[in-house]
Formats: sequence, structure tokens, C-alpha cells
Amino acid sequence: MLINHPLLGPRDASEFTYLGDANLLNRPDWQGENAVEAFHDYLYLRDNPAGLHRELWFHEQGDRSWLVVTRNTLTHEILGVEMARDVARNNKRFEGDAQ
Amino acid sequence: MRYSGFRVIKEALTGHKGWTPHWRDVAPKSNYDVVIIGGGGHGLATAYYLAKEFGGKRIAVLEKGWVGGGNVGRNTTIVRSNYMLDGNEPFYEFSMKLWEGLEQELNYNAMVSQRGILNLYHTDGQRDAFRRRGNAMILNGSDAELLDADGVRSMYPFLNFDNARFPIKGGLLHRRGGTVRHDAEAWGYARGADSHGVDIIQNCEVTGFRIENGKVLGVETTRGYIGAGKVASSVAGSSSRVMGLAGMRLPIESHVLQAFVSEGLKPTIRGVITYGAGHFYCSQSDKGGLVFGGDIDGYNSYAQRGNLPVVEDVVESGVSLIPALGRVRLLRSWGGIMDMSMDGSPFIDKTPIDGLYFNGGWCYGGFKATPAAGWCLAHLLATDRPHETATAYRLDRFRTGRMIDEKGMGAQPNLH
Ligand SMILES: Cc1cc2nc3c(=O)[nH]c(=O)nc-3n(C[C@H](O)[C@H](O)[C@H](O)COP(=O)(O)OP(=O)(O)OC[C@H]3O[C@@H](n4cnc5c(N)ncnc54)[C@H](O)[C@@H]3O)c2cc1C
Repeated sequence: MLINHPLLGPRDASEFTYLGDANLLNRPDWQGENAVEAFHDYLYLRDNPAGLHRELWFHEQGDRSWLVVTRNTLTHEILGVEMARDVARNNKRFEGDAQ
Repeated sequence: MRYSGFRVIKEALTGHKGWTPHWRDVAPKSNYDVVIIGGGGHGLATAYYLAKEFGGKRIAVLEKGWVGGGNVGRNTTIVRSNYMLDGNEPFYEFSMKLWEGLEQELNYNAMVSQRGILNLYHTDGQRDAFRRRGNAMILNGSDAELLDADGVRSMYPFLNFDNARFPIKGGLLHRRGGTVRHDAEAWGYARGADSHGVDIIQNCEVTGFRIENGKVLGVETTRGYIGAGKVASSVAGSSSRVMGLAGMRLPIESHVLQAFVSEGLKPTIRGVITYGAGHFYCSQSDKGGLVFGGDIDGYNSYAQRGNLPVVEDVVESGVSLIPALGRVRLLRSWGGIMDMSMDGSPFIDKTPIDGLYFNGGWCYGGFKATPAAGWCLAHLLATDRPHETATAYRLDRFRTGRMIDEKGMGAQPNLH
């Protein structure tokens, strides 16, 4: 698999390590009312779809940036690559404190 | 029909006209007491024990493809009882005891071969960890012997003992472990279940559940609606997809694991060898091919095929352990979809939906578990209580903090 790194261009997937579902960017609020339940679901439960999956890859043998890769788990086709930083900034939770 | 040597001779003399199909080809009925989703080893074993040991009646196994087409026909056939943790080892020992009597039980040649499994160690720390695991195994009624380098050398003189980085210092030998002809095991259970009245329905994919007031009433399938008193899902790599149809999210990711077989060789490797310094394991099939594998590819996948970097990694590990492997030609490779759980251990449990049961999360080690998983799920279906060896396999164990993490990797499925 080739991952088209937004800064470095196409790189072999073996330069990366894989973490999992990009939802891991959305850490629950530890002060929230259902924090225990929310952290259980966040840490342990997965959608695990057959089809499009947004997932976190770390460019360990490269520039050490985190990427969000959109990939089809049925065919391994990669449909999009973004900097995880940008994705996290765009996520609602971070809107207020982006500065 | 009972199989025997006498029968083979008789059929040979009469033109092989007397053989009958292993199981009936039946159309689904409108209603069953128990519907089991998935005609892999686990689903079929469940049906068999439920009918035979627990007096279950009106049981169906629904398989979307054909019997033996899933992981049960794709694995590297290793069976062993060499786990360490309390939640696991009594279960795997139970499974090993069932394997030991399986062929007589099923009147079927599953080629159960207790040829021994040798886990190699390469450092003093690893030796100590193996010693501890061996003791845990013995405490649970299994067998383990710690060998030093000479002990290993007398069994497998061709290994790379003096590797500068990872010299072989010895191994943990589990003599009762070995291999089983994987698809014969599926066919044997299918035949046994059928003879106890179980309907095995192939080409029948479950596409939805009918659930009312928190209770499951039946399943929608590509061959129509089928009502059921109880439904059990045993679909390995498809677990999240199927349980998703019932609105459940699971502590599971699906990953692809590859396996490889070489050209046929004369008898070379008499047991199973695993490398302690890389992920590589190898045995030799009765046809002569070396059967080997290593790590999962490491990213979510439902593709049933992997990529080249892992092929390279497995082969490199293999050649560094067995240099002679460099002269052997690779014949085939393939992949299967693993239901990797968050702690590397499985689930056999009720779900929050009344009448719906779940068996899954077997990772890359569910083949050896087949007899016990079938028995324990049947026990749960029949009595609504977990079997004594499967009490730890609960779906809520991450909530209660009772993980069973043999490798100590945490909630990272691709590292288990
Ligand atoms: C390459 C490889 C090597 C392995 N090596 C080993 C090993 O050496 N030792 C070991 O112990 N384990 C090993 N395993 C793991 C082992 O094969 C599995 O854990 C085990 O086979 C899973 O149980 P099963 O046999 O019931 O699964 P399967 O045979 O996969 O059965 C599940 C069935 O469910 C069916 N299904 C799915 N969705 C639906 C639906 N919606 N409706 C109806 N049916 C459905 C599928 O078609 C499939 O036939 C290996 C696996 C692989 C892929």
C-alpha cells in the first residue's frame, strides 16, 4: 500500500505504524458526567466497518507526523490522506481553543 | 454410515458405490429452537454438542458460503494448551482433552497429530518467562518441559543456533500439542451434527435480526425469515458486521492474517517450531509442504488477502531461524480475517439482547479452541450459565477491569 503523505508525497505503508480508528482523536471529556462510560466506549469499542474506514497512521520511519488515512477495508484502496493535526483542529471539540 | 477400515476395503471391492454425502442438504424451516450463525468449526461444534450432550432439538446452522470456507479452512492447524493466565489455560486444556478423543467421538479421521510444539527462547529473560508459563500449564493439567540448547539440538540440528544476535538457548516443549487436519475437523463436526438431526443450511447469509422488546425473535436471511428461540453468532472475522446488525458495537477489530505453504519436501520438521525472536512458526504437513506464518498485517481488513511487506517479514524470520529454508520454493499464500479482541482473548457470552449469544474474538488462535468453544457455547445456550472453564470470557470484562491479556499489550488489537 502507498500512502500519499500530504507533505512528502507517496510513501510505502511499511514506513508507518498503525494505531486504529481515527475516532481515537476524539478523547472524551474526563470531567463529563458519563466519563467512565464514555472512556470505556472510547478505549474498547470499535465500529470496525467493512468498507470505508478513517484511521490513524504514524510516519515512524519518516517525518513522525500522524496522518488520518481513509481506506477501504474490503479492497485496501486508499481514498484520502490528511494531516491528523488538521483533522483534530477541525473537529468541533477543538473549535474554541484552536489558538 | 459408520466409517472403518473394513468399510474402505468393502467399498473398494464394490466400486465405491456405497458412500453417502456427509450431511443432508436441507431447506430452512420457518422456525427453530436454536439458530447458530456461521458454519465454521465453532458453529458446527456448538450444534454438535448442543444436540448430543445437552439434548438440544430443532437446531440449525446458517452459513453464508459453504462449510469450511472461512477461517477453519484457512488456518495453520496448530492445536496447543500452552497459555498462562487462569482465565485461559483451563479452557484450552479442556479443548486439548476433547481433541484427544475427537476422532473416536466423531468416527472421523481428523488427523489429530500430537507431534509436539517447541517454543524457542533466546535470552535468559525469555527462559524465565517460559519456565513460569510451563509451570502454569502443569498446574492446569497440561504438560511442559524446559529444554536447553542441547535438548533442542538433538531434535532439530538444522536450526541457526549460533546467530550472533539471537542465539538459541533452549525451548519450552509442549508434547501434547500438534496439528489437526483443519477442514476434516469441520466436515467431521458437520457430519456428526447432521446425524443428530441438526439442519446445516449453506448459502444462507444472515442479513438482519428481528428484535422486539429487547428479545430476539429470529433472523432475516437471504433465504427468508427464520424464527428462533435463541440465536448464537459464531462468525469469526465477521463478528462486528453481524452483531452490528443487532445494534451492538464490539471490542473487536478485524485484521488479516496470512499463511504460507512450500513445495512438498521429504520429512524434515517433525513437530511445530516457533521462533522466539521474531514472529514465525512452522510445521510440515503430511503431504510434505512446510506450513508457516507470522504476524498479522496490522491494519483493519476484510480483504482475505494481505500485502507483501508481511510476506517478506515472515520469510526473513523463517530464514534467520532455519537457513535451509532459503532453498525452498514457496507454493502458495493466502489470508483470513481475524476477529482481534482488545485483550487478545475471546468471548463466549450472552448479550444485553435477550436470547442472543455471542462467540468471537478468537484472534489467530481459535482453531485449537474449536471443540471447547463449541462445548462451552452449547453449555451456555442450554443452561444459560457459562461452562466452568469459560467463566472469564465475558463481553463486559473491559468495563469491570477483568481483562485476560496474555501478552500484556493493552487495548491495541494489532499487537496481540
Ligand atoms: C492464516 C490463519 C492461520 C491460523 N492459524 C491458527 C492456528 O495455527 N491455530 C489456531 O488455533 N487458530 C488459527 N487460526 C485462527 C482460527 O482459524 C480461527 O480462530 C477459527 O477458525 C475461527 O472459528 P471458525 O472456525 O468458526 O471460523 P470460520 O471458519 O471463519 O467460520 C465463520 C463462518 O461464519 C460465516 N458467516 C459470516 N458472516 C455470516 C452471515 N452474515 N451469515 C451466515 N454466515 C456467516 C462465514 O462464511 C464462515 O464460514 C488461524 C487463522 C488464519 C486465517
